[in-house]
Amino acid sequence: MRNPVRTTITYVLLILLTVLVLTPLFWVVSASFKPSGEIFSYPPTFLPQDPTLENFTRLFQEMPIVQYVVNSTFLATSHTLLLLAIATMGGFAFAKYSFRGRGVLFAIVLASMMIPFHLVLVPLFTLLYQFGWLDTYQGVILPYLASSGFGVFLMRQFILGVPSDLIDQARIDGSSEFGIYWRVIIPAVKPAMGALSIFGFLGAWNEFLWPMIVLRDAAKYTLPLGLASLVGVYRQEYGMLMAGTLLSILPIMALFLAMQREFVQGITLGAVKE
Amino acid sequence: MKPRYAPYFFLAPFFALFGVFMVYPLFDSIRLSTYSVRGMQNQTFVGLENIERLIADPLFWTALWNTAYFAAGSLLLQLPVALALALLLSNARLKGRNLFRLSFFSPVLISGVFIAVIFYLLYDRRYGLVNRVLGSEIQWLQDPDLVMPALVLAGVWRWAGFNMVYFLAGLQSIRQELYEAAAVDGAGPWQSFVHVTIPALKPVIAFVVITSMIGSFQLFDLPYVLTEGGPGNASMTMVMYLYKHGFEFINLGYAATIGWALAVIIGVISIIQVRLFGVFREN
Repeated sequence: MRNPVRTTITYVLLILLTVLVLTPLFWVVSASFKPSGEIFSYPPTFLPQDPTLENFTRLFQEMPIVQYVVNSTFLATSHTLLLLAIATMGGFAFAKYSFRGRGVLFAIVLASMMIPFHLVLVPLFTLLYQFGWLDTYQGVILPYLASSGFGVFLMRQFILGVPSDLIDQARIDGSSEFGIYWRVIIPAVKPAMGALSIFGFLGAWNEFLWPMIVLRDAAKYTLPLGLASLVGVYRQEYGMLMAGTLLSILPIMALFLAMQREFVQGITLGAVKE
Repeated sequence: MKPRYAPYFFLAPFFALFGVFMVYPLFDSIRLSTYSVRGMQNQTFVGLENIERLIADPLFWTALWNTAYFAAGSLLLQLPVALALALLLSNARLKGRNLFRLSFFSPVLISGVFIAVIFYLLYDRRYGLVNRVLGSEIQWLQDPDLVMPALVLAGVWRWAGFNMVYFLAGLQSIRQELYEAAAVDGAGPWQSFVHVTIPALKPVIAFVVITSMIGSFQLFDLPYVLTEGGPGNASMTMVMYLYKHGFEFINLGYAATIGWALAVIIGVISIIQVRLFGVFREN
């Protein structure tokens, strides 16, 4: 970077690329505030000439968007909490116990990460039908948690770094095994749990195909399902679609900004040696 | 609870869910693929008929071609872009580095449905930004020759920032001495990129190539919302085709067969890539 020409070129490229990446998002924001006449003006305007909240008020009037937000939040939160419990417990077992079958079970966890979820889409659907779980939230959440192998693996990697002395000390002090999990392991891996929870939350918040298959009743729809149904009805209502998109992106952006560091740490752990 | 049983207790939730919602359906999927299933109660054993039908089904091959096109496009376009972004950001003294990284990463946070809606507007023939910038009136999503390239570009926008993070982490783990040694040997920037950066990044490149291949082959939400597989079937993907048979035509046996075809293709490609990169060879 001592070379000023290279530095300048780097910055120019970075700024150009940033503009390129952010333009579609800017376009969403801009279109959400345009009256419908302006979206279909030719040539298109970059900034709303006559900014309005019309798209948002119509969105709230014509679509149960608050309900969708509540549903999405409930679904993503339950999914995340269960994922955290499954992954930390499983990771703890693999990282800190030696037991019969550990190698085989761990190999199964790794292999489970390679199975494409779509392979079991149809048999899962018939299974839920037999359970009477179609159109229920447990029907959306529990099958999806069968793919928690990545979480188990991730937590194992982090828990390996927790000093075993802490565990031995707790055991000498008369702590139960669950007590060790709860009072030693959980506090020690809080940052890693942060990473995993963004993963889980993001995945569940954004998932489309599986909830679309399970959920029938529109009152149970999540934001992506609600918006996708809006696309069918309001093909030409770009303003409302953009306003809905903006509202759906904002919470996830806020969450990410708050937990950026943990997230980046989490996604890279899989690819780079520990 | 005795310490001896504790690990089994801790592993029970994962393996219970995995058994019920993954292993059992996997076996059921084998069974289903040998049946003609019209509705839940109406099942007839047909043996290998579904597979014969699949091989003779031109639409299946169209879906496979489109999916492979998307995967290849992602590989050839998206990964170099992701690597370039990472290289640009790799200098730790860069000002505003976090801000740039966050911007490049932001599309990853958005659900495919919303990305589809955004690109629906961007690609509009008359009112879309893409044509406005190009000064053209191209029908990106209505032209059978352009719809897949248009989807590949949307995919680049969506995933490049995600893979950039992996490359960035890989670049940071390369020891600085390697570059210094290369410089002593008289290597220019290009030579040190080819002879130091690329070999050192090999495990990360392998990881990114394999995971994005697996991801690309499961493409669904973008074409489902954006084009409904059209025009004609020019953007029909394998998972969309599976969805159509399984959940629109309620043709579960055939859909399960498509699922297996998808799994076999993903499996074969993954194995070829693992061999090619020689991952796991050292361990």
